[in-house]
Amino acid sequence: MKPIIEIKGLKASVEGMPILKGVDLTINSGEVHAIMGPNGSGKSTLASVLAGNEDYEIEDGTVDYLGHDLLEMDVDERAREGVFLAFQYPVELPGVSTMNFLKQAVNSVREHRGQEPLGAAALLRLAKDKAALIELDARLKQRSVNQGFSGGEKKRNEIFQLAMLEPTLAILDETDSGLDIDALRSVSHGVNQLRNPDRGFLIITHYQRLLNYIEPDFVHVMAGGRLVRSGGRDLAVELEEHGYDWIQTDH
Amino acid sequence: MNTDTQYLHEVAESDYEHGWSTDIDADTIPKGLNEDVIRLISSKKQDPYWMLESRLRAFRHWQTLLADSEKYPRWAHINYPQIDFQEISYYSAPGNKPKYESLDEVDPELIKTFEALGIPLEEQKVLAGVAVDAVIDSVSVATTFKEELAKHGIIFCSFTEAIENHGDLVQKYMGSVVPYTDNFYAALNSAVFSDGSFCYIPAGVRCPMELSTYFRINEAGTGQFERTLIIAEEGSYVSYLEGCTAPRRDENQLHAAVVEIIAHKDAEVKYSTIQNWYPGNEDGKGGVYNFVTKRGICEGQGSKISWTQLETGSAITWKYPSVILKGDHSIGEFYSVAFTKGRQQADTGTKMLHLGRNTSSTIISKGISADRSNNSYRGLVRINKGASNARNFTQCDSMLLGDRCGAHTFPYLEIHNPTAQVEHEATTSKVGEDQMFYCQQRGISEQDAIKLLVSGFCQDILTQLPMEFAVEARKLLAIELEGSVG
Repeated sequence: MKPIIEIKGLKASVEGMPILKGVDLTINSGEVHAIMGPNGSGKSTLASVLAGNEDYEIEDGTVDYLGHDLLEMDVDERAREGVFLAFQYPVELPGVSTMNFLKQAVNSVREHRGQEPLGAAALLRLAKDKAALIELDARLKQRSVNQGFSGGEKKRNEIFQLAMLEPTLAILDETDSGLDIDALRSVSHGVNQLRNPDRGFLIITHYQRLLNYIEPDFVHVMAGGRLVRSGGRDLAVELEEHGYDWIQTDH
Repeated sequence: MNTDTQYLHEVAESDYEHGWSTDIDADTIPKGLNEDVIRLISSKKQDPYWMLESRLRAFRHWQTLLADSEKYPRWAHINYPQIDFQEISYYSAPGNKPKYESLDEVDPELIKTFEALGIPLEEQKVLAGVAVDAVIDSVSVATTFKEELAKHGIIFCSFTEAIENHGDLVQKYMGSVVPYTDNFYAALNSAVFSDGSFCYIPAGVRCPMELSTYFRINEAGTGQFERTLIIAEEGSYVSYLEGCTAPRRDENQLHAAVVEIIAHKDAEVKYSTIQNWYPGNEDGKGGVYNFVTKRGICEGQGSKISWTQLETGSAITWKYPSVILKGDHSIGEFYSVAFTKGRQQADTGTKMLHLGRNTSSTIISKGISADRSNNSYRGLVRINKGASNARNFTQCDSMLLGDRCGAHTFPYLEIHNPTAQVEHEATTSKVGEDQMFYCQQRGISEQDAIKLLVSGFCQDILTQLPMEFAVEARKLLAIELEGSVG
């Protein structure tokens, strides 16, 4: 077990407004961490900052990712080094075929790792296996990326891409929001299949119901731009009972 | 500026200077235009008398347009200094002298791009201006190809040959779709055109291959005033490809071509163009002025004409491939991608003129502007009084790369029949930062992400191109996009 990411005293703002006010978090290989918290607490900002979204200004702190300074890396470089973000709102790419998109993404990552690029046939085989894993409708692969997909299909497509790209650190930003119970089950099933001793997960969610399906090793509560409480699985249950007000007043 | 773009500029720049040099070899007529020059061009071309007459008629008309400053076309959304027509040489013999003895002398960057585009070796030589042995593959290819066409009774030859061997057809159809009185540049072309292509498909024949000016590249030595005439007899079909995607050595600044298509009953003509002439340098210096008149007529019932174009070159593009829908149930289509960067200006679109009953037309135009370029769509849909149940669907999408470029849409609708159904959709979008972020988060570099998004934007049009052409079009777009955003 080795640290994948070490976040220390991370502060970030958007248009001069502080959002993250000093976040500390370490994720080791094989661990699944969940961050819960009320709307506006900074959960999704943390996900965006780690992925390299330039809308946010880093004010202070360090992020060490496998021995590299993550904050110095470009967005695509982070991705090629194994940081994956499953978006809360995946964008549509009109006219860009899903398979072509995947081919470019997968081969950029492979090239970076010093692997041979995959040809069309090998890629199709891989896509078929991975799509089965999360019960993605095969027809979706024939369409433009996310175009005309339902909310649930978009979220499944994110997890499908996660499976294709095999990241070292997978960040799921409110993947459960907008999912019905069946979609939630199959997405969770997919994520569970993708857990392995070399990979770390950071799961951001508003509701604890996702954690009934994906069992986290650690649960953190975020409020006012800080992780105000950390614990095990039982912390999520406690939150469910008392609501976020309990944390905020307590804090 | 990226190296790919750079070489395009460098190569074309050097050609540009070369093209405007003042030393005159034996086969170039001195600058300027008057009746004597027309007669001289005509005699060099060994025109029959009727052709000379036709040239002179057009020339006299053009002079009246030139004299009347009101008649000089200024309506397009483009800016350029007034052209001095007496400063141009109107004829140089086909088959310009090669510039180089072998490919080793050619800019290696140029060769790299030829290879990226998959251009065969012999063709690379022709394009780069290297001396080519008389017995090369492409010549024999052209010969076999002509034999195959002859079996079907198809005529595909240079305009000069057509005047000589098929004078009756030329006389019958030339100017029937684009008369010399049509516009300023059509008049000029009708007076001075040096050569071009002629194509005749007999009744009931489906042309067994894509006809391409590519096969004629050796003999063409294409002048700046080209003329193309395509005639499709009843029930015939032809797919015609103009130009080729390789960066082209070109020595002329003013291009004023005329293309005419005639489709008889149930005939179908598909005309595809890729245009990437020299666009000028970053400051807008140099570059080709491309003033083209392209028009087809769906003469017979159930006929169909389809224009597809990818325009990435020229400093100025002024071009409106149009269809006159005369036959009942005839169909006109226009699919266009225009990409501008640097200081390029494109004003392009189409005219769909509905005359017959139950006629329908489709217009899909995609404009992409980068840097400080300007990209305009200008389109006219006219439904005449007798054109009952006519339909048109128009979709114009513009994409902006950066914030110093411009996209404009000028749709004109003239509806004179109450049964018409006309739809128009227009969108303008910027390449979204969220889309870029999404691609990059998957490991795709910024440049590749832009290529991916632009090619997605053009997808509907690129699929209209014949397959091999579409592959080249994609590669060309990718090369053009290199370094245009950052």
